[in-house]
Amino acid sequence: MASFLTYLISGISLGAVYAIIALGYTMVYGIAKMLNFAHGDVIMIGAYVAFLIFSTLGLNPILAVIVSMLACTVLGITIERIAYKPLRGASSLSVLITAIGVSYFLQNSALLIFGADSKTFTSLVSFPPIKLMGGSVVISSVTIVTILASVIIMIALTTFINKTRTGQAMLAVSADKGAATLMGIDVNRTIAITFAIGSALAAIAGILLCSAYPALSSTTGAMPGIKAFTAAVFGGIGSIPGAMIGGLVMGIIENLSKAYISSQLADAIVFGVLIVVLLVKPTGLMGKKIQEKV
Amino acid sequence: MSYRSKTFKSNMITYGLVAVFYIICEAMLKSGHMSSLMQGLLVPLCYYMVLAVSLNLVVGISGELSLGHAGFMCIGAFSSAVFASTAGKGMADVPELIIALIIGAAFAALFGFLIGIPVLRLRGDYLAIATLAFGEIIKNVINAVYLGVDSHGMHVSLKDVKSLHLEDGGQVIIKGAQGIGKLPRNATFTLGIILVFLTLFIVLNLVNSRQGRAIMAARDNRIAAESVGLSVSRYKMTAFVISAALAGMAGVLYSHNLANLQATSKNFGYNQSILILVFVVLGGIGNMRGSLIAAFLLTLLPEKLRFLSNYRMLIYAVVLIAMMIVNSSPKIVAWRKVMAEKYFKRGKAGIDEPEAAAAAEHVPTVDEAASEITADLAAAEKEAARIDEHEADNNAEKED
Repeated sequence: MASFLTYLISGISLGAVYAIIALGYTMVYGIAKMLNFAHGDVIMIGAYVAFLIFSTLGLNPILAVIVSMLACTVLGITIERIAYKPLRGASSLSVLITAIGVSYFLQNSALLIFGADSKTFTSLVSFPPIKLMGGSVVISSVTIVTILASVIIMIALTTFINKTRTGQAMLAVSADKGAATLMGIDVNRTIAITFAIGSALAAIAGILLCSAYPALSSTTGAMPGIKAFTAAVFGGIGSIPGAMIGGLVMGIIENLSKAYISSQLADAIVFGVLIVVLLVKPTGLMGKKIQEKV
Repeated sequence: MSYRSKTFKSNMITYGLVAVFYIICEAMLKSGHMSSLMQGLLVPLCYYMVLAVSLNLVVGISGELSLGHAGFMCIGAFSSAVFASTAGKGMADVPELIIALIIGAAFAALFGFLIGIPVLRLRGDYLAIATLAFGEIIKNVINAVYLGVDSHGMHVSLKDVKSLHLEDGGQVIIKGAQGIGKLPRNATFTLGIILVFLTLFIVLNLVNSRQGRAIMAARDNRIAAESVGLSVSRYKMTAFVISAALAGMAGVLYSHNLANLQATSKNFGYNQSILILVFVVLGGIGNMRGSLIAAFLLTLLPEKLRFLSNYRMLIYAVVLIAMMIVNSSPKIVAWRKVMAEKYFKRGKAGIDEPEAAAAAEHVPTVDEAASEITADLAAAEKEAARIDEHEADNNAEKED
């Protein structure tokens, strides 16, 4: 029972990281209608920036988080401006391939700048772990911070989207780009803001991910990126609560199957569950039904 | 008539390109002008071409984005490798390869069918992610499988060699993540080119058949296609299974080009599927010749950039982004059309294309020019026929 709880809690923590990444995917998808394959690599860049400031320069961890978020925000906006904006209106496949190009670019830039050997990321969170049930269940500080961070992000994001003018503009653009333009909404600016928020979230996700799993290399972001993307689809892509639930469910399933079934088959089980969900609900758990008209 | 001759010509150009490629490579090989690096690339070039053309059948003709193509390649590779290290052991190369190809294609087709049943019910990005998921599942499961054979037949386990419970003298074939060892390595460039021809023959004939037109009709408008009585899911399944079988054959070529076969995220992971998709999109969706050329160029490019050492993949990425923007950005496409028209009027058809339109770009341009010329010819023929008829009518009237 105690070990089950430990696995469950670390699964929730992993799921929370997936959820934060998935939020970035789902927001960009909802607004720009594109699969931003480079999102996973922004996570890696965010982790590297935090690593540089915290471990190499030895500065304050909170400063590291803030600089990393700023760096990723700038990176996200730059990527959008240079690579994706010229392709607005082009087929979604060409945008997808461009995103893959950006992903290669980020991975190889990181390889050149930081070298091929993987770095050991020092956790930014350093208060002692919490012990429950007489010490049989130990919850690490990173786990607690990760879960808290994801809850705060979720609430903040929902409030932002529902209560602010920019948030409403984002909803409008995602519903109908043309009509939003007619209502005086600057579509390009809204898309840029979406990328900025998504990338800042990616920085947080990168730091939390590497605090829990400390090996940092140029491909660190790739697999979590794909899994978070799967989580976004699982929850219904474009839906913010869907991304959150999808991330959590995937993290929990992954950790439990690693613990109880087979560590090699864990990924296969996660993807298998995704397929089963898609068969029952073809647009994900919270996705909108697509009505086909003649 | 005009339609037939146009596609016939276009297909012949495609076959011709492959033949020319083969002859040039063979000539270079015979005269010793090919570096060992290039020699090592010949078979990979062939299986990438087969993969690109077969994926184009699903993405371009059937209109479904598949991100799990490497999974079918993986199935073809492993099923044929199991054959090669059991029944195929000690066989002569040619019959061994033929049987391996049949086995690889059959297994990949079977899995294509089984995966197609759930996947083809989905649409758009959901379908894409489901194919990606299946590709990853295949890779992961094969990585965990242990397969052995003894006098009682095959033994399978997902745990380790011990749990296979082989009797003495039993042979372990797949050792989990270590894969299959001691493979024959008997794939040749000639075999690869034969496979490319076979793939082209199957795909091009399918596209120009009644089936192919039905598949494209289902792609262009599902509801309209259904309302005229086409069984959309059956046609989509046909394209999916054929594509899977061809990818399986590419996998056979892959496994017979190696001494050790392992399923890693590099060779059978989603990265590989995406790489194949890049060939398809850059070559032109639905354009088989484009896929061939893109597979050729993009396989050679990283090798040709080797002198840049660490910067080569970075430059590859930049080239990829730049090509996509030049090829697909609505503004640049419009600008290119304006420029092309300007130069066409001065009679310099396509020569003064902006330099930015790099190598891959030339393919569609030449194609367009060729198809326009054939279209003009066809129009002229029709016109001539009409005039003939008219004259015949006139003559008939006069006789009356």
